[in-house]
Amino acid sequence: MIELSHITKVFNRGEVNEVTALKDVDLTIAKGDFVVLTGSNGSGKTTLLNVISGAVLPGGGRVRIKGEDVTDMPEHRRSRWVARVFQNPLGGTAPELSILDNFRLAALRTQPKRLRIGIDDAFKKTVREKIAGLGLGLENKLQQPIGALSGGQRQALTMLMSAMDHTDILLLDEPTAALDPKSAEVVMQTAEKIVQAQELTTVLITHNLRDSLRYGNRLVHMHAGKIEYDLDAAARQQLKMEDLYAWFER
Amino acid sequence: MIFYLTALALGLCLSAMGLGIFITMKIFRIPDITTDGSYTLGGVVTAILLLREWPMPAVIAAAMAAGSVAGVLTGLVHTRLKIDALLSGILVMTGLYSINLNLLGRSNVPLNQENVIFSTLGPFEDDILNEFSVSLLIVVVLSALLAYVLRTDFGLAMRATGSSETMTRALGINNNRMKIIGLAIANAMTALTGSLVAQYQRFTDINMGIGIVLVGLGSVLIGDALIQWLGLRRVWLQLLVIVAGCILFQIVLATSLTLGVDPSMIKLITSLAVMAIVGIPRLVRRQAI
Repeated sequence: MIELSHITKVFNRGEVNEVTALKDVDLTIAKGDFVVLTGSNGSGKTTLLNVISGAVLPGGGRVRIKGEDVTDMPEHRRSRWVARVFQNPLGGTAPELSILDNFRLAALRTQPKRLRIGIDDAFKKTVREKIAGLGLGLENKLQQPIGALSGGQRQALTMLMSAMDHTDILLLDEPTAALDPKSAEVVMQTAEKIVQAQELTTVLITHNLRDSLRYGNRLVHMHAGKIEYDLDAAARQQLKMEDLYAWFER
Repeated sequence: MIFYLTALALGLCLSAMGLGIFITMKIFRIPDITTDGSYTLGGVVTAILLLREWPMPAVIAAAMAAGSVAGVLTGLVHTRLKIDALLSGILVMTGLYSINLNLLGRSNVPLNQENVIFSTLGPFEDDILNEFSVSLLIVVVLSALLAYVLRTDFGLAMRATGSSETMTRALGINNNRMKIIGLAIANAMTALTGSLVAQYQRFTDINMGIGIVLVGLGSVLIGDALIQWLGLRRVWLQLLVIVAGCILFQIVLATSLTLGVDPSMIKLITSLAVMAIVGIPRLVRRQAI
């Protein structure tokens, strides 16, 4: 589903604050894989995710999605395969628009936004049912601006929004980092449901060691712009929390 | 009474520009000051085409098209050359001054009373009634159209672009294209106002646009203060209040003239009024905290 070959990315090339974020990274992710991506701050995880989404264009190497070379394709055109949830709960929603308006746009992620009114009763009903599934009581606040909600509520809604339109790939960049434990639980449960129901190819960045052993079927660990460990489900079963902790020690 | 009716009509003419500035400033959060140039451009195109006796719908369409080209230019300078939006607007506005002067050929062209839109469309004998009714009709049509567009899927994408660019990019929206379209719509509406005001005052003047962006900003800020104060969320209500803001601003200016203020001081009054509208709420809020 996703093929990264010889990906290199240098920020601020030639300046005093030059940073090599990715060094000749190769990574192939099969359809239906759920990759958990770990690594300390500055190891290049988010840059790698952004290279897949198109938010960052690599300095060298090729990116393929579903066999198609998308190396130079801008972010907004890759949205036809890729849905995303950001670390910042404010990133995935438009605060001034209502919950309903936000969901409408999410439902058109892979389609053109036309000059017709798309929010009808059937659409409202679908959204209300989906939101009721969260159990947060937000289904009666569809007309409220989404900015009035808490970070946890917004992040849970963003997770639901990612499943409003067809998607192949789900990119989760520390979706629960800014949330309290209960909200984090709701968000991750929602994510699991969506991933399983739609058999998505998923990449999850997390700093939570427990989550990195709990979710997914593959663990990839990065250090200083390179992939250091790449464990399949069986190998990860053998892994203990202490081992994982030791990876971060060096 | 007649005095206020003319202020009302002028306020309605200026509402098209107010709605345009509302789009750029409040929906896209772009400070666009192409306005001064595209406003005059609307007046200039109108003067030229009326002298050649083009039919009125074509004149209006051409004026708006010219304005939208100015908006697209500002948008391209901003998004392609990555120049600050404010500077992009100044660049296009300044360039437009020469273009306007060359198109018009001289600094002032009078328009024929019989040809202006208020005479050709207006059903009444009385000029003031015609000016009022025709400008009201135009504003109602324009507001309804805009309210519809902003409720469509495309309109949602427009509004989201100004609200969260990371979100819109992730949802397949080309932010740069959206901004260019927004600037085009806004400046088309500004040019419409330029055309209407030129016909209203029966002449096009090369300097008619100087400082007009402040009139628009002041009107939108009054409207926006009312929107916040009343907590209005429905788009059509917001547009209506912006129109009210434009009219209110004209009435304030007209009142200051009746109080004996020298007409040559009108730009200073405008500037001070906008400063007060922006500044006073901030002072009050600071004291409340």
